[in-house]
Amino acid sequence: MNIEILIPLLAAAVQSGTPILYATLGEIFTERSGILNLGVEGIMIIGALSGFLAAKATGNPYIAFVAAGLAGTCAASIHGLVCLVFQGNQVVSGLALTILGVGVANYLGTPYVGLTAPGFDPLPIPLLSELPIVGAIFFSQDLLVYLTYLIPVLMWIFLYNTRFGLSLRAAGEYPAAATAAGLKVVSYRWLGVLGGGFFMGLGGAYLSLAYTHLWTNNLTAGRGWIAVALVIFAFWRPGRAVFGAYLFGGIMALQLRLQASGTQIPSSLLLMLPYALTVAVLVLSSWWRGKTDEPGALGTNILPAD
Amino acid sequence: MPFLRVVKRQEPLGWGSCLVLLAAICLSLLLSGIILFIGGTSPIEGIVVLFKGAFGNRYALEDAIIKATPIFLCSLGVALAFKLQVWNIGAEGQFALGAVGATWVALSLPEAPSYIVLPLMVVMAAAAGGLWGGIPAFLRQKLKTNEIIVTLMMNYIAILILDYLVYGAWKDPASFGFPMTAEFSEAAIVGKIGSTNYSWGLAHCLVLGLIFWVFLKYSRLGYEIKASGDNVRAAKYAGIPYDRLVMLVMVLSGALAAWAGFLEASSTINRLQPSIMAGYGYTAIVVAWLARLNPFYIGVASFLLAALRVGVEGLQLDLQVPAAFGGIIEGLILLTVLAGGLFTSYRIVVARKAHEH
Repeated sequence: MNIEILIPLLAAAVQSGTPILYATLGEIFTERSGILNLGVEGIMIIGALSGFLAAKATGNPYIAFVAAGLAGTCAASIHGLVCLVFQGNQVVSGLALTILGVGVANYLGTPYVGLTAPGFDPLPIPLLSELPIVGAIFFSQDLLVYLTYLIPVLMWIFLYNTRFGLSLRAAGEYPAAATAAGLKVVSYRWLGVLGGGFFMGLGGAYLSLAYTHLWTNNLTAGRGWIAVALVIFAFWRPGRAVFGAYLFGGIMALQLRLQASGTQIPSSLLLMLPYALTVAVLVLSSWWRGKTDEPGALGTNILPAD
Repeated sequence: MPFLRVVKRQEPLGWGSCLVLLAAICLSLLLSGIILFIGGTSPIEGIVVLFKGAFGNRYALEDAIIKATPIFLCSLGVALAFKLQVWNIGAEGQFALGAVGATWVALSLPEAPSYIVLPLMVVMAAAAGGLWGGIPAFLRQKLKTNEIIVTLMMNYIAILILDYLVYGAWKDPASFGFPMTAEFSEAAIVGKIGSTNYSWGLAHCLVLGLIFWVFLKYSRLGYEIKASGDNVRAAKYAGIPYDRLVMLVMVLSGALAAWAGFLEASSTINRLQPSIMAGYGYTAIVVAWLARLNPFYIGVASFLLAALRVGVEGLQLDLQVPAAFGGIIEGLILLTVLAGGLFTSYRIVVARKAHEH
């Protein structure tokens, strides 16, 4: 494979990886507070539709992008309500939220299938985009991609270098001790759920506003689930999530290119690639067993004191 | 200042929990109505059409019972895994592969008599579904891989395998390009019971449901599954072979979903085609949880959610409501019932803050 093919492929990998990256960062943020949210797929698609509708209504993609994040927060609040207030099982609540979110998006989105909305176009950064190789891959993207170069850094600073972040991690690691230390664990878990939902919504909006610019039903196509798997691959660290997301972006970009090139490989086998890779990645990350930052109390509810 | 406090119930709520369930379902219907309204359909008219479509006439009820069959079998499988606290979200894929396995036998033995081809179809379906359930169990055992994501990803893979076959090697040359296999031979079709519209698949459900109940209640393995589900550590300490149980349960769970796939291919559609799963595997999860993993309640809940599907089809025809509306109701029912669980296991008491002066 020569460089003229490789560079556009890698640029496409960054672009396809971006929605997954947003969602993975959101899930890391949520899981760090001790809440397992399997509703990522549903929240993402709600974000995708909200962003699309807001862009259609206002004509302003920036407002639409923020609206999608807020819609993600609203959708995630259902999970917070069921798990934090009503003590429901986190696995089942997340699954239900995915079923609900996909249903709502496909139901309300049906009249808009095939329509376009204003979105984000590539915006090469002056000077940086002229760098050899790196410029074309990383700095000739759209604004929303550039945002994801900052967010993991900011999230890392927040989680590891602020009091607030430490408290959020404590709520996920050892809630009993955190409570004993005077922290309002439930409040930090709410922060984790709502903040994480915001990023998941943004990930969905990337799909409808920058990736396709148009609405189709089932737009997310399992990307939310891939994000859940990538959290494990990333050992719950924002930095590693970037590599995972671009790996998947690469596979998706490759699959599209192979399909377009008129290969003999049947399309159903090509479509299988990202899902098979997810299983492979999970197997590999269990194999290596590095020092993960998996929250100790992930997925357990805080039982009301008797 | 009075505030609310929750206190763990010492005794189960009993009949009160039925009220909570009813209230949860009413709330989810109310919320569905609101979403209908947002989508531009009159909510009152919508709910009326939904119920009329679901329970309004004999054909609707018949259709609901036919649709309840695959949901029931998938849900039994899901419930078996959930009993052991193993999250099998893969019924959809296990169903698809079961249909593939059965179809393979039906297409390879077009001349064979019924008493050979049908049992072979069941065996092949169960083997394919069992394999699809066994792989995540194996990975979970050996590498502690998260079975939720693996079973889910294997759904996508199984469905694409099915697509690959019906769009490719198995496509009926006489289907005018439609992606479907040729119709099964007479011998490979599970017949109808007498002159009714119900296939013998309904009888399979009754027998398998009964076996499920007896197995869990009276067999040693069933006891071990329940004990391990309640407390894994205690069970291991007591010498219960937990890892082997996980494997067994996942293989059986996959086989049950696959059995549903076999029945769908060989008694309802009589061939293999894409989307044969129709989301039954996901509905089965809703059913299993609603029924609290009890086989009798699973029967009831399967029928109710199947009726809901029939009602949504009515909505589609009469009011042009998109089919995705079914997912909305299912998701809402599961969420509200889950939230309602608080009232069955805890008491809400109004208390005064002790330390406030």
